[in-house]
Amino acid sequence: MIDYILKRILQLIPALLLVSVVSFSIIYFAPGDPAETLCTGPDGSANPKSVEEFRIKMGLDKPLHTQYLIWLNNVLHGDFGYSYQSENPVFDHIKKAFGATFKLSVVSLIISLAISIPLGIISAIKQNSPVDVACMVGASLGVSMPNFWLGLLLMLLFGVYLHWLPVAGYGDGGDLEHILLPAITLGTGSAAITARLMRSSMLEALGQDYIQTARAKGVSERIVIGKHALKNALIPVVTMVGLNFGYLLNGSIVVETIFGWPGIGRLTVDSINMRDYMMVQGCILFVAVLFVAINLLVDISYRYIDPRIHYEAA
Amino acid sequence: MSSLEILDLKTHFPTPDGIVRAVDTITLSIRARETFGLVGETGCGKTVLGLTIMRLLPPTATVEGKVMCAGRNLLEVNEAEMRKVRGEEIAMILQNPTTSLNPVMRVGAQIAEAIQLHQGLNKRDAKEKAIEMLDAVKIPSPSGRANEYPHEFSGGMKQRVMIAMGLACDPSLIIADEPTKGLDVTIKAQIIELIKKVTEKKAMLLITHDLGVARELCDRIALMYAGELVEYATLREIFEDPLHPYTRGFLGSLPDRGLVPIPGMTPSLIDLPEGCRFHPRCEYATDVCRQKHPEMIEVEGGHFVRCFHARS
Amino acid sequence: MKRHDKHNSRVMGAVARVRESRSAMLGLTIIVLLVLMAIFAPHLSPNDPTDVRLGDRLISPFTESKYPLGTDHLGRCVLSRLLYGARISLAVGITVVGISTVIGVTLGVVSGYYGGISDSVIMRFVDATLSLPSIFLAVVIAGMLGRGLASVMIALVAIEWTSYARVTRGSVLSLKEKEFVESARSLGARDSYIMARHILPNIIAPVIVVATIGMAYVILAAAALSFLGFGAQPPTPEWGAMLNAGRVYMRTAPYLTILPGFAIMLLVIAFNLLGDGLRDILDPRRVVVE
Repeated sequence: MIDYILKRILQLIPALLLVSVVSFSIIYFAPGDPAETLCTGPDGSANPKSVEEFRIKMGLDKPLHTQYLIWLNNVLHGDFGYSYQSENPVFDHIKKAFGATFKLSVVSLIISLAISIPLGIISAIKQNSPVDVACMVGASLGVSMPNFWLGLLLMLLFGVYLHWLPVAGYGDGGDLEHILLPAITLGTGSAAITARLMRSSMLEALGQDYIQTARAKGVSERIVIGKHALKNALIPVVTMVGLNFGYLLNGSIVVETIFGWPGIGRLTVDSINMRDYMMVQGCILFVAVLFVAINLLVDISYRYIDPRIHYEAA
Repeated sequence: MSSLEILDLKTHFPTPDGIVRAVDTITLSIRARETFGLVGETGCGKTVLGLTIMRLLPPTATVEGKVMCAGRNLLEVNEAEMRKVRGEEIAMILQNPTTSLNPVMRVGAQIAEAIQLHQGLNKRDAKEKAIEMLDAVKIPSPSGRANEYPHEFSGGMKQRVMIAMGLACDPSLIIADEPTKGLDVTIKAQIIELIKKVTEKKAMLLITHDLGVARELCDRIALMYAGELVEYATLREIFEDPLHPYTRGFLGSLPDRGLVPIPGMTPSLIDLPEGCRFHPRCEYATDVCRQKHPEMIEVEGGHFVRCFHARS
Repeated sequence: MKRHDKHNSRVMGAVARVRESRSAMLGLTIIVLLVLMAIFAPHLSPNDPTDVRLGDRLISPFTESKYPLGTDHLGRCVLSRLLYGARISLAVGITVVGISTVIGVTLGVVSGYYGGISDSVIMRFVDATLSLPSIFLAVVIAGMLGRGLASVMIALVAIEWTSYARVTRGSVLSLKEKEFVESARSLGARDSYIMARHILPNIIAPVIVVATIGMAYVILAAAALSFLGFGAQPPTPEWGAMLNAGRVYMRTAPYLTILPGFAIMLLVIAFNLLGDGLRDILDPRRVVVE
């Protein structure tokens, strides 16, 4: 197992390198000189003298590959640079924002699974019934609905018309009242995907020979479905939970912006808008590494869940 | 005393292309402690017969007739009682052990499940018993292997697990569906030996396409063709005095009898031939075979055959 | 000639099955209707979509015949803007998917057919891109390149091509082993001939499926980027941008939020339905579960 994990980590190196190159080169995407870009705030360009100082301080006068190595070295030492806005270390901002994003993602995931898994199972058991059709139409809508639109509609209904929930904001450290609408918005897409997957994998499991074996033993239908079929059907769904985290991370950009949730997605958007480029570099690097780490965790947990894979690795 | 009695059993599946007559008016009885072989080519409906007895068919199937066991018609008991029958009174060993074992459950737990369910043992005792069963089917170091998953077993070992699972609650009748399919010769011989031993005191319905296996294990044999029985007698009579041309053809395809295949194809169960269902493949077929469907006749005590020309 | 006929009959069979698949037909119908609306937007629009009339601000839908779906905060006709918006969403979708297909299929064929170093390099790139959070990447790329639809399209192509490369490579790898390719090769056919004659026609089906679902994804992502302010800039009547501008007036003019979002969803769902249907029809491995 340790061997496997090490092997997977080694395999991640190309992805991580690419991530670092992309994050590093972002400042070159912006038109103009990177030193000027990095010294540029919302108020416009800094004076030429400080730009020159900065250029030398950051090593931006050196050749490109040297610059990259300096930058990579800094990053590996936890130095992501400083926010132009607050002049605090980028990493501090990211840490704080990540806490909020993590909270939102976990609540979204719980909501998403709590809705999608039961619905997927019911759809599979009552295949082609009106319940099944309704669930699958709902899932199609959920997949295709723009999350920014869904968020605004929920805001309109529960915040503006019904006054049940606050329209936006973080409240007292992200309390339940404030988290509910963004979490539902964020969770709907992944719920729709998971419900479809749960249904199809349940249908597949129910058609297998071992289901007949269980029935032939005299096992009740409830246990046949709830134990024998579900255990097998959940394997692909659990893999998806990891991918879902990625999906949620992607969605957080839009949802956090709409609901004013101080997470990593909103931080990224704000930093781009504020031309706080070191912050943007830090955000994209952090999110990408997080993404890669989640994929690794999923892979490893997958091996614990499915005994067959465990065996092949040995 | 008979362990199971099947009377005029019909199992049909309505499909968009027509009705599949998988089991068409079958009558047979299995005596206590005997091994009864149901032999036929793939697709003749033998497995469906087994599943009909266990009531494990999809809800679309229509079933008529009677399946009498311990004084009641299994087709009429409620689902809760039927669950008690399954595993406890009648166990079915399904074909393909590779797909018939749950891949994500430990082997011991799969055997213990039925024990817990039917004998009311707690989890630990049931597991003890499961290990005993694995030992009984000659799986080495059973207590260790009980904690393994099916993919860690070889094909023959999986078949042993299936047998252990069937025997777990000491049923009076075992239905074994192709227990030797896909095994190589030496493993096959071992499994046959094992089945012979463990079912000595039990009634068994052996479903197979392999007359060689039936010869090793059965007391009586029924030949099934296109959903119905065509001949039905003791093992000795089937091998020494086969009356139906299909039986003879089947015997002729055995390795020690020249490996001569029966010409033609098995008919589709949707579109059965008029008259005798075997006539398109029968070298003795006459006009009457093409026009009339032969009835099962008893040619001598206990030897039944469905052929107009059986004694001519 | 014979092969050609066979190919034709397969295409006809697929067309017949599309007709049978209700969801695919529904998707196709919506797409055709929206494409027609986009093409004939200048004729169908009651007003100029960018015409500002401050005197006619925030008129509710269905109240004035001059503005069937009302007006926005600058007095622009919502219906006209929605019709022109269809043009933009479809154009962005087609452009991004088209360029991605060309890049992805080319690299996928090279990767699958030649293998070796080019394969490793291309596939490492694809794997690495797939292991990144795509929307984050797109937002950052588009944001850094500067606001505008061009930036959005570049950012989306950078992400989107990988799906096509992966699918194409997979198909090419399986085709390479097929007898007709082997026999063509043993007869001395040039690589370019084999690719054009045998490989490309056979990877069309899986690429069409990916492209259809890709259209849904690209339209949605482009709208999201515009919604965040990185894409289309005022006064362009882009749906995501309209939604963003309209949400400020959510309390007084909720239709400015509801209508553009509905339009986006309609187009996205249509491509998803068609894509799902096509996947069921064109993938021979997929057995329909009873």
